[in-house]
Amino acid sequence: MSKVVQDAAEAVKRAGICDNAIIMAGGFGLCGIPEHCIAAIRDSGVTGLTIISNNCGVDDFGLGLMLQTKQIKKMISSYVGENAEFERQFLGGELEVDLVPQGTLAERIRAAGAGIPAFFTPTAVGTKMGEGKETREFNGRTYLMEHALQADFAIVKAHIGDESGNLVFNKTARNFNPMMAQAGKITIAEVEKLVPTGEIDPDHVHTPGVYVNYIFEGKNYEKRIEQRTTQPRN
Amino acid sequence: MSAETISPRERIVLRAAQELRDGMYVNLGIGMPTLVANHLPEGVNIVLESENGLLGIGPFPYEGDEDADLINAGKQTITAAKGAAYFSSSESFEMIRGGHIDLTIMGGMEVSQEGDLANWMIPGKMVKGPGGGMDLVASAKKVVIIMSHCNKAGEPKILEKCNLPLTGVRCVHRLITEHAVFDFENGEMILREVMGDMTIDQLKKITAAKFREN
Repeated sequence: MSKVVQDAAEAVKRAGICDNAIIMAGGFGLCGIPEHCIAAIRDSGVTGLTIISNNCGVDDFGLGLMLQTKQIKKMISSYVGENAEFERQFLGGELEVDLVPQGTLAERIRAAGAGIPAFFTPTAVGTKMGEGKETREFNGRTYLMEHALQADFAIVKAHIGDESGNLVFNKTARNFNPMMAQAGKITIAEVEKLVPTGEIDPDHVHTPGVYVNYIFEGKNYEKRIEQRTTQPRN
Repeated sequence: MSAETISPRERIVLRAAQELRDGMYVNLGIGMPTLVANHLPEGVNIVLESENGLLGIGPFPYEGDEDADLINAGKQTITAAKGAAYFSSSESFEMIRGGHIDLTIMGGMEVSQEGDLANWMIPGKMVKGPGGGMDLVASAKKVVIIMSHCNKAGEPKILEKCNLPLTGVRCVHRLITEHAVFDFENGEMILREVMGDMTIDQLKKITAAKFREN
């Protein structure tokens, strides 16, 4: 069975993304976000979504697009500071938000993909975020129990992919994409360059194809930069 | 630069740079901590970690060389230093949680005399989230907090107990302000250095916490 689909719209349809789905979206800020899948999910009109993503885009790009159309019911993120519409919906009680320390978020996702139902971490012990969570002592230090975080669907972005779903990421655009590819019950990967199976050196594969259900080559990536910082040439 | 001509902020940054040792793996928080890297002591080479998946942060790119796929945790375009490595977010925090990062330098809103830190939310204001701060203060080998001694209203930020929600409990190893350096050991606050011509009595007036003189 071929994993290759024409575009994001076909991937979203074939995967069966529906109302009230739990969706993981890769990316850190706007870096490494699956921009075509996000646009296709917005266009599909599904609502009541729970989105797991480190951030929530900006007002007019990335996951912010799905906030404008009020398709998101709940966000699970570590930091959501760059988005005025997010703030408005959150303060107005229209949007549920579950904030999670970034390392705990990454590990909860990794655990889900790795078949580990829960784990212990020292992060957030003694803080409001740790309240009500089971604790245990190991070697004299207190740890919190955190549960794996799974999703119905994962949408990820890679630089190069092959027809078997093997993925290679570029620079810091890797971020949350590999563990989300593992943790989605159904995973869609969008890539800047799709190559025939066998073209990627097996030693260079970052995410093996076993985790990827659908793959397509995205056209005309915008890859917007959030904070353009430079130094002048001498 | 003499002590009279530099701003309180510069004094904090310059003092914080003295915490850097050759060969350290270091994570610097967003804002003032980032500036510490501009004042590396001579002969000291460090490797900067960015929690979005880079070990070996280089300088900002030249105009026109910006790469949307290469940013730091503050979402700024950067470059990778020679010998850098990229990795995923989960590996980044394995590195942090596993105690492989020697030092983190971060800003603070309040620090308590036991070494509790509050720096991620103010009740009643929009909560943006902790990012990776809670993970870093829980697990870096050394946690150094840099902040102004008092807030803009002149009220102490070093307190018996923090009023703001905590980022970590007894997690601060060293606190650097424009007036002093304190260490925290076994729940006790110890004065290590006084900067400028401030007296101990003056320092006590602007510090709402009990500390022991070294």
